[in-house]
Amino acid sequence: MSAYYTSIDHFALIPAIMLALFGCAIFLFDFLIFPAPKQRKWLLLFLVLGVAFAGFGLWRQQQFLSAQGVPEFTAFSGALTIDGFSIFFNWIFLVATFIVGLASYNYLEIEGEHHGEYYGLIMLANCGMYFLATGTDLVTLFIGLELMALCFYIMVGFLRGDKRSNEAAVKYLLLGAFSSGFLVYGFSVMYGLAGSTRLGDITVAIARRETWDPLVFLALATTTIGLLFKISAVPFHMWAPDAYEGAPTTVTAYLSVGSKAASFAFLVRIFLGPLAPAREVWLPLLSAVAIATMTVGNLAAISQSNIKRLLAYSSISHAGYILLGLVAGNPTGIKGIAVYVLVYTFMNLGAFLVVVALRRKDILGENLEDLGGLMQKSPGHAILMLIFLLSLAGIPPTAGFLGKYYIFLALIQTGHYVLAVLAATYVAVAVYYYFRVVRSMFISEEADRVPVASSFGLRLALGLTGVLTLAIGVYPEPWLELAQTSLLLR
Amino acid sequence: MSEHLLSLVLFTPLAGMLILLLIPGSKKNLIRVWANVAAFAGLLVSLPLIWRFDKNASGFQMVERVEWIPSLGARYIVGIDGISLLLVLLTTVVGFLAILSSWSAIEERVKEYYAMFLLQQTGMIGVFLALDFFLFFAFWEVVLVPMYFIIGVWGGPRRLYAAIKFFLYTLAGSVLMLLGILTMYFQHFKQFGYYTFEIADLMKLDMPLGVQQWVFWAFFIGFAIKVPMFPFHTWLPDAHVEAPTAGSVVLASVLLKMGTYGFLRFSLPLLPRASIDPLIVQILAGLSIVAIIYGALVSLMQQDWKKLVAYSSVSHLGFCTLGIFSLNPNGLAGSVLQQINHGISTGMLFLIVGVIYERRHTREIKEYGGLAHVMPKFATVFAIAMLSSAGLPLLNGFIGEFTILQGAFEANRAWAALAVTGVILGAAYLLWLYQRTMLGEVTNEKNRRLPDLNLRELAVFLPLLAWAVWIGIYPKPYFDVLEKPVQEIVQRVRPEYYRAVAAAEPGAHR
Repeated sequence: MSAYYTSIDHFALIPAIMLALFGCAIFLFDFLIFPAPKQRKWLLLFLVLGVAFAGFGLWRQQQFLSAQGVPEFTAFSGALTIDGFSIFFNWIFLVATFIVGLASYNYLEIEGEHHGEYYGLIMLANCGMYFLATGTDLVTLFIGLELMALCFYIMVGFLRGDKRSNEAAVKYLLLGAFSSGFLVYGFSVMYGLAGSTRLGDITVAIARRETWDPLVFLALATTTIGLLFKISAVPFHMWAPDAYEGAPTTVTAYLSVGSKAASFAFLVRIFLGPLAPAREVWLPLLSAVAIATMTVGNLAAISQSNIKRLLAYSSISHAGYILLGLVAGNPTGIKGIAVYVLVYTFMNLGAFLVVVALRRKDILGENLEDLGGLMQKSPGHAILMLIFLLSLAGIPPTAGFLGKYYIFLALIQTGHYVLAVLAATYVAVAVYYYFRVVRSMFISEEADRVPVASSFGLRLALGLTGVLTLAIGVYPEPWLELAQTSLLLR
Repeated sequence: MSEHLLSLVLFTPLAGMLILLLIPGSKKNLIRVWANVAAFAGLLVSLPLIWRFDKNASGFQMVERVEWIPSLGARYIVGIDGISLLLVLLTTVVGFLAILSSWSAIEERVKEYYAMFLLQQTGMIGVFLALDFFLFFAFWEVVLVPMYFIIGVWGGPRRLYAAIKFFLYTLAGSVLMLLGILTMYFQHFKQFGYYTFEIADLMKLDMPLGVQQWVFWAFFIGFAIKVPMFPFHTWLPDAHVEAPTAGSVVLASVLLKMGTYGFLRFSLPLLPRASIDPLIVQILAGLSIVAIIYGALVSLMQQDWKKLVAYSSVSHLGFCTLGIFSLNPNGLAGSVLQQINHGISTGMLFLIVGVIYERRHTREIKEYGGLAHVMPKFATVFAIAMLSSAGLPLLNGFIGEFTILQGAFEANRAWAALAVTGVILGAAYLLWLYQRTMLGEVTNEKNRRLPDLNLRELAVFLPLLAWAVWIGIYPKPYFDVLEKPVQEIVQRVRPEYYRAVAAAEPGAHR
């Protein structure tokens, strides 16, 4: 090994290498070994293997950190940082990839677009997320972001014959590229300020300047716009409902949790790193954005009749809640972000997977009426969906309550009482639209007699998300300890 | 098992529900039998509480504590004092009778119905047992979901509206209450350096009046919506009218008591300074009196039998909150007893509406008349229930209202004078209801052949009737049980109270 590629670099990169390797292997094997459509399922095995190896690498990193008793180690002379934060988020990405992979094959068969590259794209997207969580260098972060986004542009438009899917992909691509432009502009200003792309150097450079320095503000504003696009915060949320609705539902599920979690990891790194000295400047800005995001997300969700759009707006509102953790900015708030993203991943994935199960041959299954009488048709799905929705609403003893709990507590600790009351009030609004879905499932008449789609993978994925959503809620201790290790503020 | 008695009481209905889920939905009668067995088991395991409870001991008894979420300072702590003892027994008795009463009323989706009822039992018992705020809040929220379904699935024509209204109202209140809880939790950390949700620890907290007031209002929103107190009562008539009979019974008898219990257990002892703040006391007592009179007046106007009973609840609960904010032993003890009384009497009144609705499928008062000739047993039961609700001496309602009025009189004579009109109006709307439905000639041909109460229905009413008479004739055991906890609350809120009484005692008149 040369001086430019040491074993510690390798160690830091292993999970990403595994994901990329197995992802590319899937592209190759797709037409080399498994050309027949029937055999494509086997490609899933590669995904599972890749995720398992990546997970093993991650576990080794975790062991290394605790064995050495250090909070972090860097690789590639500071371009990557492996710490509790990166490991925590990477576990979330891997589990999300695994669950989405499991749930996909049957769905893609039904859509008639079961192609091997789908699994490869998921893995490459995950590889991009890996860099978003571990990167501490502007260039690394940007490459990670683009890798993830490119995979998503393709996956959102994966239903080639479907107009909505194509439209969604184009919208997402255009707005995504636009936001990346903003982001990169901000990055270039930061580079100009610091003469370095390392986050640590930029933090020092920004801290040395005055709070309201125009250049800092320029960097801050453009970077923030780019980041807010990615987490679909108001007023940069417009792409989300369309992309979520048009994309294949499994992709929507992945987009709404994987991409969002990665973007939040990215956002937290930037706001608690380089932009931390300018907190005074962005605090009112982010507070306003958080309020607007909760307001628009919750109010717009009320009138949706398409369940994917409804969940899209709900996920916008969740972004608002998570942002509040950053507004509070104390350790409770940051831990709240980690916990919130964790529970959100499982409950939101679960909710979308129930929608996946509703897609049957000739039935789109995306409207609220399509959920009608689900309790009679398939009680298991209905009860799981109820659990996910209660969790999304934040009602104990489901996992979602913990996310809200930390956010509320952080707001009270830091004296943001008005924000706390507002955020609490919106819980009641959210319950209103979540319970429109519940009403449809449990009280309305059966919409059709066609049984819901089912496959081993989908059942396993649903079971996993359901069990986790309940288990984290009923016995949160180990999960909270895990989130504790991820704290960036020390 | 004996040291885990409370957990046994708490989780028996839940275990019954989980087993119920294993029974195939098509075997309706098996499900009914099992649900009744489970509810009866829930009642049986709660009975040992009566003789294991030591009324002379202060503080909480049979306390169980298990670490639950150490990093939050949340524990599984359950325990009872006299107040929760009575409310838990009310829950197990009324819960069982409500399930028993549903045998023929529910034909559709029987399994889900009983599952929801049993789940709700555990939730409600949990609310009354929890001594940790986190645990309390979890149970508090758990109760909402089954009641939403009970109203929403098995309710009347406007059930969807009523169910979501119930859910949203209570939830909006409870999330604001959560903010209050979190504020206390954080204040405790600031003073003592560690986080805990344990009530006993939070009691040691010494918060400035300003903070106490804010927390008080946060709690107030949560509890007042549940009670419901006057401006927040609008969900109640809708929920009651649309809910199936057993749902109304449990809603009135037990669910509403969660609110009054919240005031007694949390608002007063945890926020003593805010609770004696003259402005707050005036507002709360004022709202209670408005509820008493307004509820009674609106009851007088009702054409719908069930709605009348629903509004009478608003009036009766007004007495309970008035008793609480009299802030003296009579008021508090009377309030708790009146909560039990209201559970018994109004529970019976709702069951009575249910019996007649099952036979005629209408609740319009003018559809009836002269039923006493056709259904003599029914008329007798109704008479006793109505008189107990109206507060006739020798029945339970009288004892509760009288004690509350005594307490109110001691606190402020004007309150008592105003509240008394509620008693009079209460007698008016109930007697008038009885007259219109039961007495006179049978005016409607459809009512001529109505069958009288059958054995199962009698079995539902008899225990409640017996209980009403028992409290009416010999309430001493109840006051004995309540003496200690009430004394502790008063001691905490108004430490000078007993000293003043002791000083005044030697004189002939107070």
